[in-house]
Amino acid sequence: MKIQYKGIRSWLLTMDHKRIAILYLFSILFWFLLAVLIGGLLRFELMFRGQTILSAELYNSAFTLHGVIMIFLFIIPGIPAIFGNFFLPIQIGTDDVYFPRLNLLSWYLYMAGGGIAIVSLFSSGFPDTGWTFYVPFSISTKTNVSTAVFAAFVLGMASMLTGLNFITTIHRMRHKDMGWMQIPLFTWSLYATSWVQLLATPVISITLLLVIIERYFNVGLFDPAKGGDPILYQHLFWMYSHPAVYIMILPGMGVISEIIPVFARKSIFGYKAIVASSMAIAIAGSLVWAHHMYTSGMSDTAIFVFSLLTFVVAIPSAIKVFSWVSTLYKGSIQMTPPLFLALCFIYLFSVGGLTGLVLGAVGPDIHVHDTHFVVSHFHFTMFGGTGFAFFAALHYWWPKMFGRMYDFKKAYIGAILLTGGFMFHYVPMFILGLQGLPRRYFDYLPQYETGNFYAGFGAAFMIVGIFLMVINLLSSLKKEKDASSDPWGGTTLEWQTPSPPPLHNFITEPEILAYPYDFSGVVERYSKDDKGE
Amino acid sequence: MHSQPDESGKKLGMWLFLYTEIILFGGLFVLYAVYFSTYAHDFKEAGKELNRLLGLLNTVILLFSSFAVAAAVTAIQKKEKKTALAGLAAAILCGLIFLVNKYFEWGHKIEGGIYPNSEKLVSGPHGQNMFFGLYYVITGLHGIHIIIGMTLLIVSLIFVQRGKITFERFALLENSGLYWHLVDLIWIFIFPLFYLII
Amino acid sequence: MKGGSKRPNMEKSHQLHFLEYRTLFFIFLLLLMFTGITVGVSYIDLGRLNVWVSLLIASIKGSLVLLFFMHMKYEGRTLILSFLGTIFFLFIMISFTFWDVSFR
Repeated sequence: MKIQYKGIRSWLLTMDHKRIAILYLFSILFWFLLAVLIGGLLRFELMFRGQTILSAELYNSAFTLHGVIMIFLFIIPGIPAIFGNFFLPIQIGTDDVYFPRLNLLSWYLYMAGGGIAIVSLFSSGFPDTGWTFYVPFSISTKTNVSTAVFAAFVLGMASMLTGLNFITTIHRMRHKDMGWMQIPLFTWSLYATSWVQLLATPVISITLLLVIIERYFNVGLFDPAKGGDPILYQHLFWMYSHPAVYIMILPGMGVISEIIPVFARKSIFGYKAIVASSMAIAIAGSLVWAHHMYTSGMSDTAIFVFSLLTFVVAIPSAIKVFSWVSTLYKGSIQMTPPLFLALCFIYLFSVGGLTGLVLGAVGPDIHVHDTHFVVSHFHFTMFGGTGFAFFAALHYWWPKMFGRMYDFKKAYIGAILLTGGFMFHYVPMFILGLQGLPRRYFDYLPQYETGNFYAGFGAAFMIVGIFLMVINLLSSLKKEKDASSDPWGGTTLEWQTPSPPPLHNFITEPEILAYPYDFSGVVERYSKDDKGE
Repeated sequence: MHSQPDESGKKLGMWLFLYTEIILFGGLFVLYAVYFSTYAHDFKEAGKELNRLLGLLNTVILLFSSFAVAAAVTAIQKKEKKTALAGLAAAILCGLIFLVNKYFEWGHKIEGGIYPNSEKLVSGPHGQNMFFGLYYVITGLHGIHIIIGMTLLIVSLIFVQRGKITFERFALLENSGLYWHLVDLIWIFIFPLFYLII
Repeated sequence: MKGGSKRPNMEKSHQLHFLEYRTLFFIFLLLLMFTGITVGVSYIDLGRLNVWVSLLIASIKGSLVLLFFMHMKYEGRTLILSFLGTIFFLFIMISFTFWDVSFR
């Protein structure tokens, strides 16, 4: 049985997956908003030529900090640790994850990682290497790389343990009536993600350890003067960090696969294809890491092979996009903030994916490598993709997590500001990149001023939109609990339990549908309600 | 949380953790493979400087300790507590001897001027520097794993002694054993790659 | 936990399964034998083949440890497939790096 504490201990010592998810929610939101503001500072600095508010050194540390926080403290844990923790056990009809204590430990490791990152801020300066920590600079720079890298190492462990927990839970704790092809797509996407987390994260762990070892012992494993090969660092780094982008996007795709059918009142198109594409992305995504290294001095054969494989990864992603759009076709669409954000996701993610093909092809990549084009591309996929999926998930599951519905109007305004600002922010960066403005530069030539000015302008709208959405959600907490157990008309198991769910998740035995996206019951219920009024 | 202990899930969790350990060492073996293919000659020269008798001794010690742990897992299922305790104690002792050997081996090398960033290595052939760099990093990481494994075995030993690990509930012992075997498994690959290159 | 329904499904639940001491000791002797072979082979100069032979022998020894000491032989499909998947990923890590290293 679960031990119940009172007061603050009921949170800090909790082993309830729902409480741990909420702990994650607020800690991740804190880091996210902080990194958003740092990103805003960067764009403000770049709006005008010359020094505006940040010195050049501070600028270097600021973009590193923005990257490290966004990657390791927000996008990677974001959806799995919050929504995965909260809804994975409920969606498979059980009462907790398999290792509840390990789950709490993961949260503490997450907090420790964040804490260590803060420590490195105040001791001899945060690294100015960029979040990639490329050698030789990361080994020779005087800033505190070791501590920051160790923070990333600890955060990697938290992520790995979450993955381990989820895989075991899905294998061992599923409701006895639920077969593999009855698992909701969000849980399926987490299953695929967990495998990548488990098998790819150790590579970054050892790579980061090697950076620390090099800094203290100067072994020279990546130092050409001592016989080492710096390109091997990049191989090891991207061996994790490319699969990591699928750790970031797969759960987001899972969220969208949940939201679209609910608000189209129609069974998801191609359930099995989406499941298969999740697994295919997880596998194929591990074969393409060196497409980040076309200009690093790698062999031409490798460039050819990795470019070819990169194009293969586009296929499963496209299968998903087509399935979502086909689900909407002839559906009975009900517009809500989560659906709105999901639709924005599809558009923005498609742009991000297609520009990825520009970068995956060697010729154009040589031209735009390490320019603002790349920055814009990965923000379209990571922010326009995962970030929007995160907000969609927040709006979709908020009433279930807290039992309160938020104000739709403010949510729409926030989402529109975010999307509009997003386009204003990142489209100019595509153009700047094509014109040749390198990334991570503190200053630029006069011809790039207009684009940078517009980008900074869009950033302001984005920040306002994000804060409006978050404040709107938080202010709903002051209200009485008013959300019904199934405010949207969903079919997965989380909608069969009260909002918020009780300690053991279900009051009555959950009823497992033969097919998880069978809306005939929901449609019948709603049409009865219509007639009744 | 689980009304009945589902031991097989704990074992699955442990295996998943072992996969992460395999990949962790895998990253270093990527480096080994690349540098071996680049500096095959230097690696062979450098390999001769390692004491293969000591390497062989350590291999036999680890293999025996693995056998002892496997026997302990069998013993607990046969309700032979004393045999289980003996097996665990033998394995822990083997781990200790392994570390002592390693200590002398490293000490001897360091005395001979072979250590990371040493004058002799940096000014010598590049391949030898890579060989010994990897030697120190890989065996060092392996040594840390030996220490972790020994800790797990000691905890298991205490729990068996106190009757907390029984023939009905021995997941902790089994998982500690799995960890120990993995450490042995990695050594099985380290041994020929460093000590037996001619 | 409410109800007994959250029992593991489909996968086999844990069964007692152990190997006799004699079997384990026999495996240990086999491992010693292969250790001897690998040391012996290292004295024969086979050129580039040396490292492959010693890796092959190490793999045999590793398989013995895995199959018997670690009971892999008696595990379900999940473990065997996922283990092979891990080894496959390790193989990709090393071999794909050589697309670069061998063709520079």
